[in-house]
Formats: sequence, structure tokens, C-alpha cells
Amino acid sequence: MSSRERILARVRAAVAGAPPVRVERDHRTAGHGPGDAGLFAERVRDYRAAVHVVPADQVADAVARALAERGARRVVVPDGLPEEWLPAGLERLRDDPPLGAAALDAADGVITGCAVAIAETGTIVLDTGPGQGRRALTLVPDYHLCVVPAARIVPAVPDAVARLDPSRPLTWISGPSATSDIELNRVEGVHGPRTLDVVVAAG
Amino acid sequence: MSGTFLGMPAFPRNAEKALLNSQLRFNLRNATHTIRARRAAVVDELPDWERLRAAGKAIKDDALRNLDRYLVQAEEAVTRAGGHVHWAADAAEAGRLVADLVRATGETEVVKVKSMATQEIGLNEILRDAGIVAAETDLAELIVQLGDDLPSHILVPAIHRNRAEIREIFRERMADWGRPAPPDLTDDPAALAEAARRHLRERFLTAEVGISGANFLIAETGTLVVLESEGNGRMCLTLPRTLISVVGIEKVLPTWRDLEVFLQLLPRSSTGERMNPYTSTWTGAAEGQEFHLILLDNGRTNALADEIGRQALRCIRCSACLNVCPVYERVGGHAYGSVYPGPIGAILTPLLRGTATDLDASLPYASSLCGACYDVCPVAIDIPEVLVHLRAKGPHPPAERLGMKAVGWTLNRPARLRLAQRAASRLRRLVPRRRLPGPGAAWTDTRDVPAVPEESFRAWWRRTEGREGGAR
Repeated sequence: MSSRERILARVRAAVAGAPPVRVERDHRTAGHGPGDAGLFAERVRDYRAAVHVVPADQVADAVARALAERGARRVVVPDGLPEEWLPAGLERLRDDPPLGAAALDAADGVITGCAVAIAETGTIVLDTGPGQGRRALTLVPDYHLCVVPAARIVPAVPDAVARLDPSRPLTWISGPSATSDIELNRVEGVHGPRTLDVVVAAG
Repeated sequence: MSGTFLGMPAFPRNAEKALLNSQLRFNLRNATHTIRARRAAVVDELPDWERLRAAGKAIKDDALRNLDRYLVQAEEAVTRAGGHVHWAADAAEAGRLVADLVRATGETEVVKVKSMATQEIGLNEILRDAGIVAAETDLAELIVQLGDDLPSHILVPAIHRNRAEIREIFRERMADWGRPAPPDLTDDPAALAEAARRHLRERFLTAEVGISGANFLIAETGTLVVLESEGNGRMCLTLPRTLISVVGIEKVLPTWRDLEVFLQLLPRSSTGERMNPYTSTWTGAAEGQEFHLILLDNGRTNALADEIGRQALRCIRCSACLNVCPVYERVGGHAYGSVYPGPIGAILTPLLRGTATDLDASLPYASSLCGACYDVCPVAIDIPEVLVHLRAKGPHPPAERLGMKAVGWTLNRPARLRLAQRAASRLRRLVPRRRLPGPGAAWTDTRDVPAVPEESFRAWWRRTEGREGGAR
């Protein structure tokens, strides 16, 4: 008998005769309207990320200011990122053909959009869709700037799970890379990006 | 430390030694109290916490009740998405599968995400014997690996180390594994984290094989889910060409939607954050990677067959029970002699491994039964119930069985109890204060003999008719 058959037979024998289980979902579930952009910004700040809430037509200015502040010049820009978000004169690195790990490591940062953002937890979710690129782009460079259109913000985790497509590789990001392994002190910046800036494009 | 839990003595002996280590107790107290407060604050934020907890419990119970169906469903979904699924009945088989898969790539080095399942099967040792170097990349696991130490906590395996100890480990051992620690390394946590980052960076960027576990495996879609903080998980899951995930069969959740519950329960219970910094999900072979899933039994079907004990398989490894446990706080994780320490380890380990060794037989007693672990468990595992159940199932010495029989006989009739109490009061001066003689000695190894009162409560009540302070 293969291990597969043996394990399945053991499982069946172990639970034979056990009663069926009813799952009640009386917690807060999806479908409670749009998320609160102010709450989202506040919760992202709690992770010690910088958040800038600006009118939709001023995203490029906010991006330019953030990049200047971080001293980021050579920036990876995934295909499909809205042109109007990008300041003029940006030194763009395209991921086509795909950049190697060393090239990504040498870049100053990366600019992306997102698939969904969650107000209650201050989380952004990338699904490798347009303007987000493959997973390595937001991982290897030390600086990540994410533009979040207010319309993508949902109230809570159940709304995000309902909106996302599990067949796509997803990355949920809540603040910069952090560790609490040394005496449970939170230290930002271990292996992922040490700095996360979020620009919320309001209304 | 020898890097293995095998052959550890029973819990009371380990605990006795640990209690003498005041540095350990100080480190642990600090850490567990910090995280306890943080968890309580973010749990209180959610108005529906108890309803989420009830849903989490029910979803897990349903997953376990229909595990055969969900496992087959997950296998089909992963295969459909271009992944390969393997089944491992025990640790040796899982280790062999991983070693063969790594060998097939021609590589001799792999990077690892922290994973309880691979710890449990001793994967690093199996790979080492196969000539493969497995590098741990979680900061705490790195500290443990460099220090030739054992993990002592589910979430923060190096919780027993303070910053000064970590600095010494980095300075002395980093060079043996790759980039050495900077000569001017201080014990500032940020500096220590930076040293780890530099040490591991080149390894990440060149690794061809990554090994992980998973927090969840979604049956409906075949999606794997890993929650982490540092980004080392994303590095191992994303950059290597080949990814091998070793996942316990109890990690299955029936549907994608179930994540709406567990992505709220787990981060708040474990690190005390609203959300952990990074969660990665992938389905089958993502972005051109070669993906292998190894489904691991290794005693889980034993636990499943125990009607009361099977609830331990609901565990999502958050470690909230460790952080509130008065026993864990004083003796630390090593005393439990297994990768699963604390209250959950005290039930899960004997359920998975059986109670053939002294250590495993002693674990159900490694608790004061105060119930704090049950209160904080996000999937409502009634740990005290399972502890008592396992104690009753375990072997008891003849003297204890005889004693219990006598106590039962006495308590069964009020007249007998009265007689016994009177006799005890009369003979109270003959009872030794420290050590009972004969078979009672084992009981007083770890306890003082309680003082026998001059008068029993019942006698006092009769004499005073229950008036406060006695007859007036």
C-alpha cells in the first residue's frame, strides 16, 4: 500500500462515526461598503510606514517628493502602472526582459499599485496584476512605494478575501519588513524592504 | 545542547534544572509579558472576536472530520495548477522525499523558512546526512542554528536568549556559515538585525532551492499560505527555482473563504499585531517555479483517532498559550523536550508520539491546569480537558492506584470521611513536613506535605454552626 493510501485509510478509520460539524459564520463578513481611507492611513502609520493622502491629480507630485526624500533615483516600474502617477524625469528600470536578482538588489526602489487595501489592518495586497509586477520586484529592492487608489480600500479582512483571486500569487504587506525576535523588540527592516511609503490617492 | 531533542529526560528533571537558571527566567518573563499585553490589546479591538473564535473552531473541526475528502481535493487542485504532491507517513519518509528532490536539482545548499513541520521531522539533520546544507533564514532560527542550540518557543525560537547572548553568538559563529559579523557589532537589536540581513543576503540571491512549511493549505483551490514578518519567507518562497513545502495534513482548510477567519485570528494571537508584515499565497507552480508539496502524517492520524485529543490538531501554532502559561514562563521551552513546547506541546507531543518514553509520559503533568491557555486559544482547544484525559489514559504506579482506591472508598460515605478526618487530626504530629516515606516519596519530590489541620472543616461547622470566627 502506498503512503497515500495508508494515510487516507488511517484518517477514515480515525474519524469513522464522528458527527458532522456545522460552521456558523456570524462574525462580521464581507460586504460593508467602501473602506475608510483615513483609518487605512492611520493603521499603516502604526507600522512605522510613511503615508501621504493626496487628491488623485497630485499623486505624481507626492511620488516625486517621496522619492527625493529617500534619495531614490533608479526605480523599478512594473508594466501597467498608470503614467499619470509618475513624475517627469524618473530613471525607470523596466522588468522586461526580467531583471536578475543582482540588478533588483542594485535598484534604489520600486513603485507599484495594489489589488486591494484593508482599512482595519492597514494592509496592502498585491496580486501581480498590472502595475504590480512579479513578486520579486517588491521584495529585493530596499524601498517600496505603493500607490493606493481610495476605491481599492475595503473595510476589513473578509472583504479583501472575497475580492481576491486565489489562483494568482498574492502578497499581503503590512508595513515594512520587521522582526520581534530579539527580546520581542520590534525592529523594522530585516530581509524585505526596510522602507515602505504609501501614497493614498483620495476620491 | 546537541541540536536534537532525542533522549531528553522527563519534564520534572528538565524543569528542575531550568528553574535554577535565573537569566532564563528573566528573559522569558520579560518577553512573555510584553507579548501578552500586546495580544490582549489587539484582540479587544475586534467586536466579534468570540464569534471569529467559534468559527475558527468549527471550520477546523469540519476540516478534520472530512480530512480524507479535503486532502484529495487539495491534491487535485495543486496538481491541476502544475504542482507535484507527495505523501509521507513518517519523518523518515518525508526526509527522504525532500533529500531526493533536492538531489534531483543537483544543488547541495537550500534556504529554509521557519517551519514547525520540518523541525518536527528533524529535516536539517536528515539533509546534513545526505550532504545538503540547510540554512535557516528566520532571525530567531538563525540564532538557534548558529548557537548549536534548540528552539524553545513556537513563534520566537530564541526567546530564551537576550541581546548580549545573541551578539556573542553572531560574533563567534557567523563566519563559519558565510559572511562574518562586523567587528564593531553592538547588542542593539537594530544592529543585530542588520548583521543578519547582510549575512543572509547573498545566500537568498543565489539560492536555487527553497524549503518551507505552510500555515494553511486550501482544499478548494490548492492554495498554500505562509505568514511571516521579516521577508525571509518571501525570499525563500519566491526567488529559488524549486520550492518544496512540507505540510502537516491537519493544515487543510476547506475553502478560500475560510481565510477571512484565520487571517484575523492568527496574527492577533501570535505576534499581537493587527496583521503580520507579510503573507504570501501561491497555487501550484507560481511564476514558473517547480513546486513540490509533501503531505505529512507523522503521528497526526494517531492524534485524530483520539476522540478527546483530536482537538489539538486544530492548533494553528500561534503560541498564545505559551505566553500566558505560568509553567512555561518559569521553565522555558527546552524542558518540554520537543519542538512543541508549552501547554500545546504538553498535549500535542504525546498525542503525536505516544507515551512510550518517560518524557512523553510526563508531559501531561507539565501544567497547573489553571486554564489560561484555553482562554487565549484562538481555536478554543480545551487544553486542560485534554491534559486530564491524557493523565487518565497514562500508566499509574500500583501504590498510586491503591491510594486513589482508598481515597474513593473513604469519600464515598460521610461516616467514613468523618472517621478518617478525626484520625488524621489525632495523628497530625506524626506526619512528616518535607518527605513522605515509602511510595509517597515520589509525590513529595516536587511538593511540600500540606499541614493537617487540628480540626476538619465539617467539625468546625458543627461546633460553631458556621458562624464567622467560631462560637461567640
